[in-house]
Amino acid sequence: MTLSRDQMAQRVAQELQDGFYVNLGIGIPTLVANFIPEGMDVMLQSENGLLGMGAFPTKDEIDADMINAGKQTVTARVGASIFSSVESFAMIRGGHVDLTVLGAFEVDIHGNIASWMIPGKMVKGMGGAMDLVAGAANIIVTMTHTSREGESKLLTECTLPLTGQGCIKRVLTDLAYLEIENGAFVLKERAPGVSVEEIKEKTSGKLICPDFVPEMEF
Amino acid sequence: MAGFDKRVFTYQEALEGLTDNMTVIAGGFGLCGIPENLIDEVRSMGVHGLTVISNNCGVDDFGLGLLLKDHQIAKIIASYVGENAEFERQVLAGEIEVELTPQGTLAEKIRAGGAGIPAFYTATGYGTPVGEDKETREFGGRRHILEESITGDFALIKAWKADWFGNLVFRHTAQNFNPAAATACRTTVVEVEEIVEPGELDPNQIHTPGIYVDRLIQGNFEKRIEQITVRAA
Repeated sequence: MTLSRDQMAQRVAQELQDGFYVNLGIGIPTLVANFIPEGMDVMLQSENGLLGMGAFPTKDEIDADMINAGKQTVTARVGASIFSSVESFAMIRGGHVDLTVLGAFEVDIHGNIASWMIPGKMVKGMGGAMDLVAGAANIIVTMTHTSREGESKLLTECTLPLTGQGCIKRVLTDLAYLEIENGAFVLKERAPGVSVEEIKEKTSGKLICPDFVPEMEF
Repeated sequence: MAGFDKRVFTYQEALEGLTDNMTVIAGGFGLCGIPENLIDEVRSMGVHGLTVISNNCGVDDFGLGLLLKDHQIAKIIASYVGENAEFERQVLAGEIEVELTPQGTLAEKIRAGGAGIPAFYTATGYGTPVGEDKETREFGGRRHILEESITGDFALIKAWKADWFGNLVFRHTAQNFNPAAATACRTTVVEVEEIVEPGELDPNQIHTPGIYVDRLIQGNFEKRIEQITVRAA
């Protein structure tokens, strides 16, 4: 079975550590916040200038001056700080964020990522994605293994304009968890019930499969 | 003390000297912390050919989106320009020039511009379309691109409180690009929710020192919210 969006978020959440500062991108990465393990404290960074993003406000707490990078109304948790965009990106570009989770259109065996632009379509902009992938040492990309048309999104060479070069080492798809090492995807875990054969078939870039590939555990 | 009294009392006065083809840097993230009344005044003035630097470009009927209707903006430098149908139409029709810039690079370009640093190297954008035709150099075994700073003619800023001296305090995430933008232009115009008597603001708590501020006006704000998200009480 392919992983649901929630299961993908749940698997990513297993990579969190107590005391981590984490930036979550829009989409599946945002859901990771719902699966922070019990007893673990994680501080969420929102690149518009908030470290320690809290829950959505109640109707009475809504404040136009308090939003996240997705432009949603939010609150600040205990221990939060608020600052300028300059400060926010100093944190990101200076490598101070412990983990970044973001989506992508394509990833390749060189660790390149394409996530912001499809030529011929209206281009809305990269926002903070290029800074995040260039600045973070610890990045997890979450995406479906194939496109809606069934094309592999794990490639030998990205076909779309890049967001960053050589910066991705870990990818979680709805089929597998893979790491990028020495110009290849290395299959580390497979989704429960998904065969190594299926993953091989749907991975276009070079794939190394160890003799034993464990199923993910939740 | 009058020499440090930055207050003006009409929006016409606040933007006096803003003319066609100037470069304007506006604070704000989405619709949060945007100088909404100053933007409105720019629309009323009818100036054209502006180069606008802002993280986003408002929505169709609010914020910088208002300046699109009469084609007042010739070029925009921004990191994300979704949420705006008229903008999209003008881009596809080639009626407006857009320079998409990574958000952190944009913040740093403005910061560096205000600090007198003409350019800087960053790893952000190397090997991507952003890095095309830019000088590159290796530091610590990694390639970087040279990014030029940004300065402008007018900075349009929204703060929460100010004293007459133009010392500014921002509120929550309405801070965003405002403090950097306030440093990077020849004339910095700030609109605030409240102007207090000198001495009322704690010098320890000032976000933007008055030296950067030229004109200060108190306004009334709609503070529109782009996306209301709530949890059950």
